[in-house]
Amino acid sequence: MATAVVPTVERENYLNAQYGIKSWLLTTDHKRIALLYLLSVTFFFFIGGFFALLIRLELLTPAGDLVQADTYNKLFTMHGQVMIFFFLIPVVPAVLGNFLVPIMIGAKDLAFPRINLLSWYLYIVAGLLMMHCMLTGGIDTGWTFYTPFSTAYSNTKVVEAGLAIFIAGFSSIFTGLNFIVTIHRMRAPGMTWNRMPLFLWAMYATSIIQVLGTPVVAITIVLVALERLFHVGVFDPKLGGDPLLFQHLFWFYSHPAVYIMILPSMGVVTEIIACFSRKRIFGYQFVAFSSIAIAVLGFLVWAHHMFVAGISLYSALVFSFLSYFVAVPSAIKVFNWTATLYKGSISYTTPMLYAFGFIGLFTMGGLTGLFLAALGIDVHVTDTYFVVAHFHYIMVGGALMGYLGGMHFWWPKISGRMYPEWWGRLAALVVFLGFNLTFFPQFVLGYMGMPRRYWQYSPEFQILNVMSTAGSTVLAVGYLLPMIYFLWSMRYGKPAPDNPWNAAGLEWQTASPPPTFNFEETPVVTWEAYNYGEIDAKEVPVER
Amino acid sequence: MEQQRESAELGMWLFLITEIMFFGGMFCAYMVYRYMYPMAWEAGSEQMDFWFGTINTVVLICSSLTMALAVRSAQVGQRKALVILLIITMLFGCVFMGIKGVEYYGHWTEHQFPGPNFQFAGPDAQHVQIFFFLYWAMTGLHALHMLIGIIVVGFIAYWSWRGKYGADYYNPVENTGLYWHFVDMVWIYLYPLLYLISHKHAG
Amino acid sequence: MFDNFPLWPTRASTIAGNVDALYIFLLIVSGMICLLVFSLILIFAARFRKRKGVPAEQIEGSHALEITWSVIPLGIFFFIFAWGAFIYFKERTPPPSTLDIYVVAKQWMWKTEHMGGQHEINSLHVPAGRDVKLIMTSQDVIHSFYVPAFRIKQDVLPGRYTTLWFRATKPGTYHLFCAEYCGTSHSQMIGEVVVLEPAQYAEWLGGGPATPLPLAGQQLFSSLGCSTCHRFDVQGRGPNLTGIFGKPVLLEDGRTLTADENYIRESILNPGAKVVSGFKPIMPTFQGLVTEDQVNALLAYIKSLSKPAQGTVGARASGEPATGTTPMNQVQ
Repeated sequence: MATAVVPTVERENYLNAQYGIKSWLLTTDHKRIALLYLLSVTFFFFIGGFFALLIRLELLTPAGDLVQADTYNKLFTMHGQVMIFFFLIPVVPAVLGNFLVPIMIGAKDLAFPRINLLSWYLYIVAGLLMMHCMLTGGIDTGWTFYTPFSTAYSNTKVVEAGLAIFIAGFSSIFTGLNFIVTIHRMRAPGMTWNRMPLFLWAMYATSIIQVLGTPVVAITIVLVALERLFHVGVFDPKLGGDPLLFQHLFWFYSHPAVYIMILPSMGVVTEIIACFSRKRIFGYQFVAFSSIAIAVLGFLVWAHHMFVAGISLYSALVFSFLSYFVAVPSAIKVFNWTATLYKGSISYTTPMLYAFGFIGLFTMGGLTGLFLAALGIDVHVTDTYFVVAHFHYIMVGGALMGYLGGMHFWWPKISGRMYPEWWGRLAALVVFLGFNLTFFPQFVLGYMGMPRRYWQYSPEFQILNVMSTAGSTVLAVGYLLPMIYFLWSMRYGKPAPDNPWNAAGLEWQTASPPPTFNFEETPVVTWEAYNYGEIDAKEVPVER
Repeated sequence: MEQQRESAELGMWLFLITEIMFFGGMFCAYMVYRYMYPMAWEAGSEQMDFWFGTINTVVLICSSLTMALAVRSAQVGQRKALVILLIITMLFGCVFMGIKGVEYYGHWTEHQFPGPNFQFAGPDAQHVQIFFFLYWAMTGLHALHMLIGIIVVGFIAYWSWRGKYGADYYNPVENTGLYWHFVDMVWIYLYPLLYLISHKHAG
Repeated sequence: MFDNFPLWPTRASTIAGNVDALYIFLLIVSGMICLLVFSLILIFAARFRKRKGVPAEQIEGSHALEITWSVIPLGIFFFIFAWGAFIYFKERTPPPSTLDIYVVAKQWMWKTEHMGGQHEINSLHVPAGRDVKLIMTSQDVIHSFYVPAFRIKQDVLPGRYTTLWFRATKPGTYHLFCAEYCGTSHSQMIGEVVVLEPAQYAEWLGGGPATPLPLAGQQLFSSLGCSTCHRFDVQGRGPNLTGIFGKPVLLEDGRTLTADENYIRESILNPGAKVVSGFKPIMPTFQGLVTEDQVNALLAYIKSLSKPAQGTVGARASGEPATGTTPMNQVQ
């Protein structure tokens, strides 16, 4: 249902229902918690981004002349830790997921609202601990903290950082647990699994990974901490331990973790493509099951990070083989998104531009995954900038662009305001161009042989590094723009109608911003997902 | 209400699955090293106190029985039986912790705590130390979960005594029961893996 | 290839061409897929842009298409897998006879040692056209031996040996990089691999005084007291080590494994872990008493001991007296 009526600002909604800091810090409203997360993840994004800029500045020249080697090692370690554990893993689930999952399902809140608040406090405690660690010396183990360097050689605060990630892990587990129970038990009458928006399927698959995978990295951190504190040798060969055991346990989580980071953004892209093509997603069932397939298959491929680590030839063959399977469901999604555009009615709004950008960059990043899964190629390019480029294409070109697209798409619902459309499009373009300039040269650098985590490098690599750094400054501008205009819009943006995009989905059938309990009455769902045909039919001129 | 009850139960099962994955990492480490160094594992297991371990196993199984009976009492609204059974469950838990404490003390005085003071007179002391590291870490993590369990059962017992639970609402009792059984199950796996490798054993 | 904007380093090993061929194939396939997807998106986005009075057509899906675009990519992926696996198999299977060179990595330098006893720091001289095998270990943390021009890389671990083999084709000097983050000076743990024509290599070998590695090992074997128990004339308290390298060994606990580099090394540094059947666990450990270089020398020595008749080491039951002049290994 579309409304041309602009609601008055005085109407009660979740933002103005209660005032005061206590009403925010003790809230159990999933929408407020989503905003609390929004502020915190954005803060950490800046921290991680700041480290990235310093890294790129240092890499302008082959010599190590901006910071010392130890400092550089801390910069890339903390860039990785902060971006992965404090930004990429929580961002879409805890911001967009928290806000949208109950509303999309037709519920008043999540299954366990207080656990939701607990999740946020765990995240904050973890974040403060991490900040303290960074401010009092930092860590230099690489975000992967391989042993025995991290257990017996690093002189930095490994245990403290490990504790921070341990706590952040539980924040992640509880969020996943909450979503699974909510999706199973709290769907509105008539909302069958096959009527759910695909964003919910993606969140469900993500939550499964969070619940099953995160505890394994948690115990790994515990073992590393015990080894460091008590000088025992689970992972230290000098004391009879095996460093490869660490790598297996670490990657058993950390590979599925990358699917935690990408699946939610894929869900966002699905919603955006459907809305701005005015069509039901092509192959709904296949897209839904591809999310589940990615979650399951993602647990079977971890040792493709270890092809040169010293595993047996046969293990390597098995993991390479399985890694090609996990590429198929992602390919299915890309093809289904493209097919959805066929005979659609397409508009080039900011969210749609981000969705196009996502498909392009994710496709490129995903294809380079095929290179890495090929054993013979991986031997040459593993631990080089090729890998760095690969995962940044997926994480930044994919996950982050999906998130930005989602923020623009749902901003009217979240804030009750419209963002300025032309600035939005400009920012999307700047991000896309800046991103490619930053990271495409890194593929070439990697194949040329430049290893990663290098403070100094061989002079022949300089030109490509300069290009990459130039790109990163453009990218930084692209990220600053939305920060600025989203803030601007909260005061000066056009008030948003309930359904500015005429989109399908229960979240658009309630006010912008929604009331605290989401719906005036519990909706009863009698229509299929993405019923754009019906929605637009009411708009079509009578002559038809 | 039914929706809330089902949600809470599903939530607890999911939480227990995360616990399985959590302990699973250490079980995995155990299996890898046992496969690689079976002699060291046997030697380490011979240092375990068979009787303490066996008694503890019996104690925990009994505690699961009383816990299950407690849930049943809640279901049929027998408040007094519920409280008594919960308290007995706690007592069993405390007996377990006590025996564990005695065992730990014994291992400590025998220099069987991993680290610079570890001593083992026998071949391959390095890997026997890893056995002990896993022993302390796995039973320690288990004991921590037991402790949390005892405290939670304590709270449930208190609220049962205050009449909070009955045939219409006994969700928390049931979910606590699930948690307690899980902790018991972990021990059922730990016991043979740590105590029963060798025919010979100390104590 | 392109002199001003190279896409890959120079090719200097026999496997480099295979790797680059697969890389180019992947570039072409990826390029085609990107072209396909991007042009479809651009074409659809333009052709089906929103127009007044032209609604979107609701298309549910197509099983045929789904299956097609799942199966065809999967087929292409399997082909890529097979090609990559073939290259990897070659890389992980050294030829039977190689020129062995020992490499010890430590924070933050590479030490290489040739069989003739020549030592190098941060460089490795090798002859072109010969199969070379590197037997590598680390003194501290995990490092990784990476030569981009050869397209090879192998992590170097503490506590064990890992191996890497190649055959260099083109004389020249090539980058050697450490490719596993190892601390402060990880990016300075670099060196050069110098490929020489065989004649020049022979000249280089003779360049200075050096004790061949097996000879150094033999000297250590004696000075460390190994020969007290590991005798070659009569049965000693430890197994006779003649010809054991590469042979199956029966252990006290019933398992059988191969006496490879890692087994020999473990037997020196932690002898109680895998005791040979029929022997008591009385060998003292040499951990902390020998350096990695010394272990390498001992290993080279043991490998050089000539091979006797076939058999499994450790098949003799304990307590049986020796039978004079025959080797102590008996067929089980």
